[in-house]
Order: sequence, then C-alpha cells, then structure tokens
Amino acid sequence: MKEFQDPHTILELILNARTVALVGLSNNELRASHFAGYYLQRHGYRVIPVNPREERVLGERAYPTLADVPERIDVVDVFRDPAAVPKIAHEAVDVGAGALWLQFGVISPEGARIASEAGLDVVMDRCMKVEHARYLGRMHWMGFNTGAITGRRAVASPALER
Amino acid sequence: MGDERREFGFHTRAVHAGQRPDPYTGASATPIYQTAGFVFEDTESASAYFNLQEYGNIYSRIMNPTVAAFEERIANLENGVGAVAFASGLAAQAALFFALLEPGDHIAVAKALYGGSTAQLNHLARKLQIEIDWVDMDDPDGWRKAVSPATKTLFAETIANPGGNVLDLETAAAVAQEVGAPLIVDNTFATPYLCRPLEWGADIVVHSATKFIVGNGTTIAGVVVDSGEFNWSNGRFPNIAEPSSAYHGLRFHETFGVYGLLMKLRAETLRDLGAVLAPFNAFLLLLGLETLPVRMERHVQSALAVAHWLQGRPGVSAVRHPALPDSPYRGLVDKYLPLGAGSVFSFDLESGRDGGRRFIEALKLWSHVANVGDTKSLVIHPASTTHRQLSDEELVTAGVAPGTVRLSVGLEDVDDLVWDLERALRAAREATVPA
Repeated sequence: MKEFQDPHTILELILNARTVALVGLSNNELRASHFAGYYLQRHGYRVIPVNPREERVLGERAYPTLADVPERIDVVDVFRDPAAVPKIAHEAVDVGAGALWLQFGVISPEGARIASEAGLDVVMDRCMKVEHARYLGRMHWMGFNTGAITGRRAVASPALER
Repeated sequence: MGDERREFGFHTRAVHAGQRPDPYTGASATPIYQTAGFVFEDTESASAYFNLQEYGNIYSRIMNPTVAAFEERIANLENGVGAVAFASGLAAQAALFFALLEPGDHIAVAKALYGGSTAQLNHLARKLQIEIDWVDMDDPDGWRKAVSPATKTLFAETIANPGGNVLDLETAAAVAQEVGAPLIVDNTFATPYLCRPLEWGADIVVHSATKFIVGNGTTIAGVVVDSGEFNWSNGRFPNIAEPSSAYHGLRFHETFGVYGLLMKLRAETLRDLGAVLAPFNAFLLLLGLETLPVRMERHVQSALAVAHWLQGRPGVSAVRHPALPDSPYRGLVDKYLPLGAGSVFSFDLESGRDGGRRFIEALKLWSHVANVGDTKSLVIHPASTTHRQLSDEELVTAGVAPGTVRLSVGLEDVDDLVWDLERALRAAREATVPA
C-alpha cells in the first residue's frame, strides 16, 4: 500500500493537476464525494462529475463514463466500491488520464496494478481533499498531523492559493 | 523536493511540529490567538466552514490556531493522525467516552488507575448505564476474561498511578482487536518520549497534559490523540459510522475516513460539552513540549537514582519503581519503556500512617502537592490526603499501604533531593510503629 501513498507523488499531483474527474460524485451534500468535489472546485480545480445517475453536480455536466468526457483528464478520482475499480482503471488508461486516485477505503490492488503498469501515477486509500489541505491548505487549523516540519515563514493566505 | 520525505527525529519534531512561522508578522514563537470568534471572508466561506466542507476557523469553542498548533505537535509526537485538546485530562476522557459510548455498553478498565479516572468512570457508569469490568492488568488473561461481545472500549494507563503497574500493550491490543473495540491508553506518566502506545497497537491515546507535557505545573490541560486505524464501520459504532442526528445526518467515518472520530469529537462533542482549552494554556503547552525529551531524560535518570537510594534504607519496607531490577514489571519496562519508566513512583514506610505524616512534615525541599510531572520534586502521602477517609484495611484494598508515599522526582540536583529524603526518613523512624 505504501508505494501508492508516496508523499512526493501526492504533492506533484496536487500541484500540477488541473482537471479532476470524480467517478461516483454524488449530488447528496452529505456524501464524502460531494465534500471532496466541493473542496476541489473551491480550490480551483476543474471538477468533472462521472456518474450515470446524475445530470449535473456542483454546476458541472455529469458524464456516464470516463470515455464520454470530451477533454483531457489529469486525475481520475474514484469514490466507488472497490469491486468496480479494475474496470475504471482500464477506462482511465484508455482515455489517457494522468493518474488514478482511489479515495479512503477504495482499496483495489488489481486496479492499482492495471493503472500503474500503463504508466499512470496511482494513489490509494487517500483523500485528495485531505492531501491538498495537508500540504497547501488549512488542515493544521483542525489539529491534524500534517507531518509538516519547517522553520520558514509561511506564505500569507495559503487557503485559496494553488 | 527530493528531501520532502525526510523523517525528522523526536527532538526536532518536539520543537517544530504544529508550528509554521506566522505568515503576516514573521513571529518566530507561536502567536497566542486570544480571540473568541474569527471574521469570515464571505458568506460562502462561512457556510463551507459550518458544513465542514472547508477547514476554517469559526469560534474558539471548536477550534483555535494556537490550540491547533499544540494539537498537531502532540499528535505528531504520538504518531497519530491528529488530536483534540481539552480543558483538562478528565475533560478529554469524559468527551471521548461521551462520543464513543451509548447506554447499555460495556467497557473493560484496568483496576490500577488514577483515582480521578476511577471516580469519573463510576460516575459515568451510573449516569449513562455503562457497565464496567475492572481488570487486573497484571494477569496475562485479565483482558480476555473481562471482555464480552458488548465491550466497546478497553482502557488502561501505560504506567499506572500510583502503583507503577506497566501495561502489556500488545496483549491488551490483541484482545481489543479480537472483540472489535478500541484500546484507549492514558499515556500521561510515560509521555510520547518514553512510549508511543499507538505504535504497539493501541487505537487512541489520552493525556493529562498538566503533567510532563507542560512540565512545570502551570497549566491544567488534556488531549485525545487518535491513530486513525480503528474501523468504526465494523457495525459496532453506529454513533460514528451512521448518520449523526447531532450533525444534520453526517456520517463521520465515511466522510472523513481516518479523521472521522476526531472530526466528531471536535465538531460535535467539544462543541456540545464545551470544555475547551484556552489559547494561552496551549501556548504554555507548546513551550513545554519543546523541551519534553530533554526534561524526560533527566527525570527518569534522577527518579531511578532516588529509587535505588531508597531501597534498603532503614525504615523503608518497599520501593515500587518499575525499572528496579527486582520489579515484576522489569520485562515490560525493557520492552515498552527502554528509555526509562517515568519519574513517579511510590514507596512504603514501616512506620505507617503516623510515619507518613512525620515524613512529609520534615521535608524542606520536596513540596507537598497533589500533582506530578513538575520540574519541582513533589510528594504526597495518600493515607493522610487523597485516601484519608479510608481505614487501614480499606487502604490495602485500594492498593495503598498506611505508610505509602508517592514521589514525583523533579529536575533538582539528586544529591539535594536525597539529602532532604534522608532527613525526613529519620523523622519518620521516630514515629510510633503500629503493633
């Protein structure tokens, strides 16, 4: 698992990704996917919902599958049952996505292997919102252990900066 | 970016973790954000903070940047995913049990426990219909015998107050895992410098930060640190896994993953119980943690020297320091506390209750104080203070002899501490020894 939780890979993705396709993004404001989608959009990422059961989420048009998305995807962020991941991983490879990101509890060694062997960056059992907040956001304001150790002056107002 | 992965050492993290030099002023010390509320940027941000969709400061009863720096530092040192601080150690425990337990639940608790915790749990049990099994933590099968399918928590101290019993963490953690309940460990006497229970399978650590963490007896404080490892969605903790009626139907574990319990503890329990840590106290705790490893090294060294000195002195019948060669806990100390077994321990005077009183009254340097973990050396005689209402027989049942004295060895010169103890032992020998 640790190979798919590499801090350097995570930081690179958070800093460089622009377009994130959230597979399983729900319109239900209480679902984890909605929390993450809202946060990522607020922090400047282009969020594309991929969910056959939704027409629009967070003001964006939803697509039934990754193959239907008409633009380049930097990160495929998965909020689905682990059993669905291998198929999504194949689709992510086919559309030429840059990375496969599997959220908390979405643990699929097979899906990770499929994407990783095709050259995609893979992150597993981590939340993209949390990792953004850990490295660039305000997670430290909630008493969470970000692991950050620094003697350098912080950047002013980092919250909404990318 | 290649050096992002450096694993910094304990001393470095004790000084730096949780603090980022202030972006606006460049202040090198952590500013004390002495404010009740925080001005929102706009209405959208305000809603996002209240909905927990964005991490933002709302009100100091829920979060505060000075307090958060302390929380992150102790979480980092304990190797947890985060922490929530409280106004006292007992407030931290009360909030944690309040968040975890429901009426009818069963908990298994070590019998050798700080008296304040025993009283609190008995009180909670009565009020909330919690059933408690008190466990002999020295019995290798003690935990297994106490748990049942209704058990929701196992609770013990790393080093028990005042008996010095050392918890076999791996054994307790194995039983906790089997039954699907979190092992909660009060790590007050060990501190994360001497032992990190989360690394031995414990799920949650609590502290009275009043003791070695602040280190100088100036501040009452407590904290809960979570490993993030426990599976709250195992079907046994609907209060954390299922939609919460106290937070508009939010599922804390599903939504926040490893941070689920801490989010609930902050956004719901701290919000509702209100035993919040003051920013100024958090500032003192941050100062304390900076020197924790340095102080603990001296504390354990001096305490062991004093324990050795006391052994075999005329008038001293027993010395209960877990790191002494003849201690029954020596094996557990070698395994879990290789850097030292703390600096609080007790010993027995042959001259009983009267001897204890004379001993305390003869001391000039040691202070007679109901606290431990101070730079100053502290002493208390349970039979004439905390356990004064009990008969000699009842004292024995409580694990305290009439002549038991508890020491908290501070940072003074050991020679001076021993000089004072020698004078007091002489005074105690003049007491009438009960027949």
